[in-house]
Amino acid sequence: MTLTIVLAGAAALLTLGLLAVIIGRSPAATRFIYGASMLISAISLAAALAHLLGAAAPENVTLPVGLPWLGAHLRLDALSAFFLVVVDLGAMSASLFALGYGEHETAPQRVLPFYPTFLAAMTLVVCADDAYTFLFSWEFMSLTSWALVISHPRLPENVRAGYVYLVMASFGTLTLLLAFGLLAGPDGLYTFAQMRAAHPSAALGALALMLALVGAGSKAGIVPLHVWLPLAHPAAPSHVSALMSGVMTKVAVYGFVRIAFDLVGAPVWWWSMVVLALGGITAVMGVLYALMQHDLKRLLAYHTVENIGIIFIGLGLALAFEAYGMVFAAALALTAALLHVFNHSLFKSLLFFGAGAVLTATGERDMEHLGGLIHRMPQTAFVFLIGCAAISALPPLNGFVSEWLTFQAILLSPELPSWGLKFLVPAVGALLALSAALAAACFVKAYGVTFLGRPRTRAAEGASETDAFSLAAMFFLAALCLVAGILPGLFIDALAPVSSALIGERMPVQIGAQWLAIVPIAASRSSYDGLLVFLFMVISGTLAAFAIHRLASDRLRRAPAWDCGYPDASPVTQYTAMSFAEPIRRVFGTVVFHAREHVDMPPPGDTRPARLTVELHDLIWEALYAPLVVGIGVAADRFNRLQFLTIRQFLTLVFCTLVILLLVLAIWP
Amino acid sequence: MALIRDMAVQGAQMLLVLLLAPLFTGFVRKVKARLLRRQGPPLIQPYLDLMRLMRKEVVLAESASWLFRIIPYLVFAATWVAAALVPTFRTDLLFSWSADLIAIIALLGSGRFFLALAGLDVGTSFGGIGSSREVMIASLAEPAMIMIVFTLALIAGSTQLSTMAEFMASSAVGLRVSLGLALIALVMVAIAENGRIPVDNPATHLELTMVHEAMVLEYSGRHLALIELSSWLKLILYVSVIACLFAPWGLAPVGAGATALAVGVAAYIVKLAVGGFLLALFETSIAKMRVFRVPEFLGAALMLGLLATLLRFVSGSF
Repeated sequence: MTLTIVLAGAAALLTLGLLAVIIGRSPAATRFIYGASMLISAISLAAALAHLLGAAAPENVTLPVGLPWLGAHLRLDALSAFFLVVVDLGAMSASLFALGYGEHETAPQRVLPFYPTFLAAMTLVVCADDAYTFLFSWEFMSLTSWALVISHPRLPENVRAGYVYLVMASFGTLTLLLAFGLLAGPDGLYTFAQMRAAHPSAALGALALMLALVGAGSKAGIVPLHVWLPLAHPAAPSHVSALMSGVMTKVAVYGFVRIAFDLVGAPVWWWSMVVLALGGITAVMGVLYALMQHDLKRLLAYHTVENIGIIFIGLGLALAFEAYGMVFAAALALTAALLHVFNHSLFKSLLFFGAGAVLTATGERDMEHLGGLIHRMPQTAFVFLIGCAAISALPPLNGFVSEWLTFQAILLSPELPSWGLKFLVPAVGALLALSAALAAACFVKAYGVTFLGRPRTRAAEGASETDAFSLAAMFFLAALCLVAGILPGLFIDALAPVSSALIGERMPVQIGAQWLAIVPIAASRSSYDGLLVFLFMVISGTLAAFAIHRLASDRLRRAPAWDCGYPDASPVTQYTAMSFAEPIRRVFGTVVFHAREHVDMPPPGDTRPARLTVELHDLIWEALYAPLVVGIGVAADRFNRLQFLTIRQFLTLVFCTLVILLLVLAIWP
Repeated sequence: MALIRDMAVQGAQMLLVLLLAPLFTGFVRKVKARLLRRQGPPLIQPYLDLMRLMRKEVVLAESASWLFRIIPYLVFAATWVAAALVPTFRTDLLFSWSADLIAIIALLGSGRFFLALAGLDVGTSFGGIGSSREVMIASLAEPAMIMIVFTLALIAGSTQLSTMAEFMASSAVGLRVSLGLALIALVMVAIAENGRIPVDNPATHLELTMVHEAMVLEYSGRHLALIELSSWLKLILYVSVIACLFAPWGLAPVGAGATALAVGVAAYIVKLAVGGFLLALFETSIAKMRVFRVPEFLGAALMLGLLATLLRFVSGSF
């Protein structure tokens, strides 16, 4: 029943996409398409939520579409239901946001047809139960989002973003295709149910898992496959950026979880080493890249890379524990990772909405041209602050809970017998702690430079508060961030069916704990109570304010800023995004980015301004991708000659190929 | 009845740290002055400063926002809640289970996050320099602290401060290499987090190397009073954490009577006095380092912490 509702919703979204092709140019279309998308997502969300919370049995449907005689297999189990909740929640809030934001779209006919189809594609990926449906939906998701990325093709950087995205998406699908090919084996076991029943050999399973890691990882943004993500996510309209960063990367995580925990069978310990190492590197590299950015949306996109790293650390731990039969610890690590999936989808959507609101209000994405928006957009500033605090893992908000659970899982890992893991896990723990601290630094920068201080340009000065729909979407997500932070037990319990289905064990029931605390292992070992921490903070803060205002003084006088007696009226004397990151650039950037600073100081008496140039190198691009691009270019040039052969040469070529193929066949055992 | 007594103990703990924090700072200042052969301000000078600041009006910069005005309360609340959850004279506090050591560190991180935002709010260059350096220091100090927590948690089998203190007080703990490394790293982190010499100088206001004081330069009146009180609370919190983990003697156990509680309070005051004296001695005997030496200092703390954790992972006997 639930699956029928969800599929009907996907079909309705597809129809909506077709309808938008026809009516896309009419002025009422924007409201209609987004309103309808929101409604459909809300219904689908309710259905998925009911399935997940009710711990209902899996549902199967075979539709007579797709490959002949085989049809399309679709299935809704706990894992799919959880990711459907993430997809639909993101889709619903993005549609609500777009009700206001979409009005500013200059070319709605380029966005409207692809938006609902993109939503439908993501729904179908998480419901797919055979390799063909999965890959088809996956590719459909890539293509619709690609169309949204290049919805403004006149900007050259968007075209480049679209190109890089297309290449990386094709590469990712190719590796996934190979992974499913290996899992399907020579008998062509084509549905997931058959793959699950056939236990592949360890070597084959390992190969399939690594291919899946590359395929899903390239979509999720694992370093070094992340290069397309910070180009493509910011290029799309902001509500689509939110969906791509907050939701589509999670669909990629779903792909990995489905293959690694469900289809491949029992894991081997060293698989987790690869996942853990990649996760740790991704987390730290993502946040370091983000710290170097001054484009608000690109900074947010790089933070997605960081959070994907955190999620994969949790998944890697879960794989390690599962390989050694420590199911309880595996359930904890998996729950931590999935909770972070949910949390990240909330605050990343919220932050992209905020960036979109800033973009409509000022026309700027570059933080160096903003500033002081807290005075002009107080409500946006408030919710954006909540998003920043949540993503920086500050209690009592939700980001902290999932990172805390990941730390608790790491603390269980000395019991792992493997020496490699014993050395790797503490290092990954240090990387996780480092990335959390750097994320806080990065969001002080993002918020401080964009919203605080004084306006740096006319555009920032003339900004005004965004519309009611956008605000409603942002307040909704901010409220969810707070609720998930202070009542984490409810969300952990909701994830229990997922870990029961995948690992065969679940975290202890949290809802009965005193004061709604969360107790992952035992009360004497560790517990955290977001509700109490929140209440304590509210009470002590209000108490202090009340006592001081009543007993001491509440007088206040406005005056020019003090600034040690040297105030400068010009807003350019403020710290900028680049200067704020300077200490961190000096500490980490010299190694990671080969950062160099050149100061061009004019001699005394010369009135020309001094100049500071900062040189940064994206070493991953330069070492890995640039040679590849050059190599492909050279190869293409060489092969281009084939086009101009005479018919005689062509025939010779065909003949030689045939002979070689026959030889291969003859020698092949 | 037991609940009321527990409530009273928890309330007493909250008031105790709040009341002792200015005194402790006054004590450190006094010892430092005496070590330099100066008379120094009276011990109660911090209280007098607080009273004076509270009574004064707030002079708010014209470009300051609403956030700037609520940040002192936020920072104070986060720091006070964190300080209230660290066992000082009794292990099993009523609400100690509501936040473990990781959460306490994260609470302090919340305070720092907002304080760094306050530095950027007015839009002056001094505030910016303070904030950007503060977050650089924090980005190394926080992971170092997490590594220390890992080490201690793996030894004690818990991240709960009460349980950890009980374990450390028992005979099961013994002398361990990892404990020594963790202690050194913890002291280094505590010095950096509280902006003490050699990382930052709490006594100066106009010096290019300053960090914390530059960030709060635009605060005045009651706002400044709360910020100062929070930083004193943070100092006493770190000393309490070190004391309860590495010198857990005299802590009153669960359900202790009035005598044990009195002993606990007395022991706590003695520990604070020793800690304050050592801090003052250390600060007078060392010079402040350049701001870009700080990453090396904290990097060493991080490596020590990581080494200690690795040792624990490798073998349970280290």
